[in-house]
Amino acid sequence: MSLSSDAVASPEALHVEGIRKSFGSHEVLKGIDLTALQGDVVAIIGGSGSGKSTFLRCLNFLEHPSAGTVRINGEDISLKPDGHGNLAPSSGAQIRRIRSRLAMVFQSFNLWTHMTLLENVIEAPVRVLGLERKEAVLQAEDLLNRVGLGHKIHEYPSFLSGGQQQRAAIARALAVNPYAMLFDEPTSALDPELVGEVLKVITALAEEGRTMVLVTHEMAFAREVASKVVFLHNGRIEEQGAPAELFGNPQSERLARFLGNFQ
Amino acid sequence: MSSLNILGLNLELLLNEGWGEALLIGLYRSLTIAFGAFALGLVIGIFASVGKLYGNAIVKQLLELYTTIVRSVPELVLILIVYFVGADLVNAVAGLLGYSYVEINGAAAGVFVLGFVQGAYSTEVIRGAILSVPVGQIEAGRAFGMTGAAVLRRITLPAMLPAALPGLSNLWLIAMKDTALLAVLGFGELTQVTRQAAGSTKEYFTFFLAAGCLYLIASLISNVVSRRLEVWARRGLPQDIRA
Repeated sequence: MSLSSDAVASPEALHVEGIRKSFGSHEVLKGIDLTALQGDVVAIIGGSGSGKSTFLRCLNFLEHPSAGTVRINGEDISLKPDGHGNLAPSSGAQIRRIRSRLAMVFQSFNLWTHMTLLENVIEAPVRVLGLERKEAVLQAEDLLNRVGLGHKIHEYPSFLSGGQQQRAAIARALAVNPYAMLFDEPTSALDPELVGEVLKVITALAEEGRTMVLVTHEMAFAREVASKVVFLHNGRIEEQGAPAELFGNPQSERLARFLGNFQ
Repeated sequence: MSSLNILGLNLELLLNEGWGEALLIGLYRSLTIAFGAFALGLVIGIFASVGKLYGNAIVKQLLELYTTIVRSVPELVLILIVYFVGADLVNAVAGLLGYSYVEINGAAAGVFVLGFVQGAYSTEVIRGAILSVPVGQIEAGRAFGMTGAAVLRRITLPAMLPAALPGLSNLWLIAMKDTALLAVLGFGELTQVTRQAAGSTKEYFTFFLAAGCLYLIASLISNVVSRRLEVWARRGLPQDIRA
């Protein structure tokens, strides 16, 4: 199968409606709608405990939302009750197919420690998408080069810095030629001096038109790179819009106060 | 007295009268059974630990029962129970199907019984090792669309190896030594052969010391192999400064 030609490219890379999520009696998400068009870079900001990461994890069903619908690249994910008051994908094959093209980058990198960087990057293309190993290796070398790790492809992740690990994790995500990339606080676990190198890679991806949803605490970065910023507060979208508006002229007092923390 | 009598050891008997060869055949049989039992235990351990961690309530209860009972009853008692009860069961079934008396193969029974016991211990070793795998690595596999089986085979099992290998090496050593228990069934493994040799020559010291040395050599070689395996399994992990 070829990864470069997508049979159908919906103008909406991602469309979710009414996402709710409760942990016990505590409702973390209280009905969230979001649309990302092809090439959109959506930055989700908000205080800790606002539900940002939970929301992101509901998009690929690592977390089961209590209610809502998720449509990825024009395809609705079919859902059924999971027996614990939440919704689970009703077709394992469908959710695996969608996940395989909805690459996720984690806060703590989550590279597979028993595999070299090269092995990490070719794993999903070869094992999940069925790409020829030879082809996957060429592609992986190219991607690792692009994130500045061409000289480290045979190293194991634990021997690298956090910044290098996160750049490798981005290469791993790119290797499945994703419809959209989900970033869960990609720089929060990094030492301050390593944040820049990772943000630079993400910025380059935004410039080449990658569709991305980012949960981030890097306000300057969000302002510069995002096409749309969503401010979550207490499980609701408090405010959303273009970064210039949102950062330059916050409407709600909560957002103004939140942004004040970063001055 | 023979000329090859050193420190009270009658080496003549070992070297020139064929008893040494008999001991080596006994050792070979012990190792074969130990290997079979260890492998069977490993297979049981992988499935049972996964069942214990990810199975439904009934599966978990049944596996808990298995590991608790097997780890509580002495191996020797289990061996006698499984061997004699197993033989009765096999023959009852054979009788129903119209076959005549079936002789239970000692080696197969040994592998089955010791493997069943080993399985209970390796279940716990592997379960603990799986729990030591950072949950994020498993989640990353799922996030890239892997099936549960693929996550297990490609990520969870290789990633748990560094934590499991010390415990599993231990189990292998125990498997080797537990084969001696099969002597009570009259199966000709190393301990049984040693008893025969010592009894018929009255050279107890020579033969039991020789058998002890063979067990020791087998253990030492195993240690070298398991240490290499550990180095390989830990290839992606930073060096432990305590090692």
